Amino acid sequence: MATQLSEIHEYLRWRKRFPTVWCAGCGIGTIMNNMLHAIHDLQIPKDDIALISGIGCSSRMPIYVDFNTLHTTHGRALPFAIGVKLARPEMTVIVVSGDGDGLAIGGNHFIHACRRNIDITMILINNSIYGMTGGQVAPTTPLGARAHTAPYGNIDPPFDAVELALAAGATFVARSTTYHIIQNINYIKKALQHKGFSVVEIISQCPTLYGRLNGIPDPRDMLLWEKENAVPLAKAKKMSPEELKGKIITGIFREDTQKPEYTEQVYELIRKLSKSNGGK
Amino acid sequence: MPLNRFTKDGHPIKFVQGNEAVVWGAIHAGCRFFAGYPITPSTEIAEGMARELPKVGGVFIQMEDEIGSIAAIIGASAAGAKAMTATSGPGFSLMQENIGYAYMTQLPIVIVDVQRGGPSTGLPTKLSQGDTMQARWGTHGDYTAVALAASSVQEAYEATIRAFNLACKLSTPVIVLLDELIGHMREKLVLKKPEEIHEEPRSFPTVPPEWYLPYDIPSDFIAHPSPFGEGYRYSITGLTHDRAGFPTSISAEITERLEALREKIVVHKQEIWDWKEYYTGDARILIVAYGSAARAARGAVEHLRRKRFKAGFLELKSIWPFPDGPLLSAAKHAKYVFVAENCMGQLIHPVKEALAGTHIRVVSVTRYDGHPLEPAQIVHAIKEEI
Repeated sequence: MATQLSEIHEYLRWRKRFPTVWCAGCGIGTIMNNMLHAIHDLQIPKDDIALISGIGCSSRMPIYVDFNTLHTTHGRALPFAIGVKLARPEMTVIVVSGDGDGLAIGGNHFIHACRRNIDITMILINNSIYGMTGGQVAPTTPLGARAHTAPYGNIDPPFDAVELALAAGATFVARSTTYHIIQNINYIKKALQHKGFSVVEIISQCPTLYGRLNGIPDPRDMLLWEKENAVPLAKAKKMSPEELKGKIITGIFREDTQKPEYTEQVYELIRKLSKSNGGK
Repeated sequence: MPLNRFTKDGHPIKFVQGNEAVVWGAIHAGCRFFAGYPITPSTEIAEGMARELPKVGGVFIQMEDEIGSIAAIIGASAAGAKAMTATSGPGFSLMQENIGYAYMTQLPIVIVDVQRGGPSTGLPTKLSQGDTMQARWGTHGDYTAVALAASSVQEAYEATIRAFNLACKLSTPVIVLLDELIGHMREKLVLKKPEEIHEEPRSFPTVPPEWYLPYDIPSDFIAHPSPFGEGYRYSITGLTHDRAGFPTSISAEITERLEALREKIVVHKQEIWDWKEYYTGDARILIVAYGSAARAARGAVEHLRRKRFKAGFLELKSIWPFPDGPLLSAAKHAKYVFVAENCMGQLIHPVKEALAGTHIRVVSVTRYDGHPLEPAQIVHAIKEEI
């Protein structure tokens, strides 16, 4: 399953942009590695992949990888991706987004992409904080946690990205963490193979900002925290809300292949109308 | 419903709104992707595209807001489609950040702004020309805009075709500035035959992928980033980038990029400029206007000529980059230039700038209550002044 490091180099740009902008101990590099493994395992040609992002630490990923890449404006990766997918339906379109980019400024686009069930895979990297701007409170920051714009503890209730995606109508929804790398690769592979809007939320560590502000500055401790607090979905179903407090429920929450996919419907309409129009 | 009539030489005739003329112009120019969001007074464009685009194999999508709409058309443009959106003042404001993105990444798109009264929600169903300067300076940072205008239904059709051709040629966003009056009024529209329409194609790279520099700076300053999926994998970013498309913070590369983006518009300005002149040969009094104000100015100049005033009229069919060459030529004998606008005075600023080295007196004639300027108001203002 897991490929060798040398095979991953195949997916990095030959005009090497390394070192990356990511801090030592950051989880985003791990997720980039997992994504490349998933793409390699599925043998999707590099020319067929469009990787699209907004703004933020995780949104820097497209700069480093050898696909058709579009690094867009803050929060807008999904509508850009919708444009690419509808204009080139044969492409595999992947959006990589952070929790601020995807759920705060891009929150409206997120629920509408889920609603449309368009065949795009969104890798949502959730590190509970705004990293690139220097550690401000995010829509995923837990209650009471500290950030530079919540210096006395966060009072804004956080979003649960999985619940949001499920409620808005996404047809593949999964969650994992940067500790569970084999699971990440599997979920991303399933998401890429899924026909419809797929969301893989990966809980990640930001030791530099979230960790230092909240008493876990060592990335190893943050990964161990992920390991200890992750609860598989099957087990979580048997636990009480009290027991689940502060836990990360991981697993595949939905895999629905019945709901019609958006791009296919758009092109079905075009086929029907251009026929009745004499192909003009 | 449009009538199925033809001119003697076989051109289809329609009796339609300016907004519908934009739909036909877009389709005839090769537009095959539209994303939009309903907003008065531009909604008929989205409705027309929803009805007509799928028939010619194009994609229509109604997005969740105007930001999503412009993002989707830029995405479609990156994938090789000729793409457009249409909106009005409030939506145009929301699109500004991504207009800068399309400019920076040199992805061709067309934005139609059917102007309405502002600021804020303003006058949704009434006309204005208050976005003249927003079209120029709306996005942040140093930006050189391309904007066209139209004062009739026929011109709305032709300006839309031109907008696509300029966008593809220059690899830049092109704005079509209409207003509520032009968008909603009905007039005769004579459609072109397919063979009469020049369709500027999207450019594809000619070098092997390993030599390819998507953001190279050639002698005409225009970069043509390859559509996705053609085997040229590269980086598109709104960050200031080098010739390969990667973010840069090297001074020389930053300066070179910003200058190339400006120069590609400046060196092609004579191709972008479009105007009409009425009685300018000996005009001592020159009126300058565009869009619905131009209709009033035409009436005013005809009236003044009948009364033996040496009056002329310069109608601008392109606004940005400002046609200062045509203005200086039309104002050669002028003592007065009157700038007629349906706003508190925006176009007057580039006019003053262009005429700064002359002794011509520049006067503003404005109306901003949502109603069209009338010829009598312009005539009155001229008689008051001279």
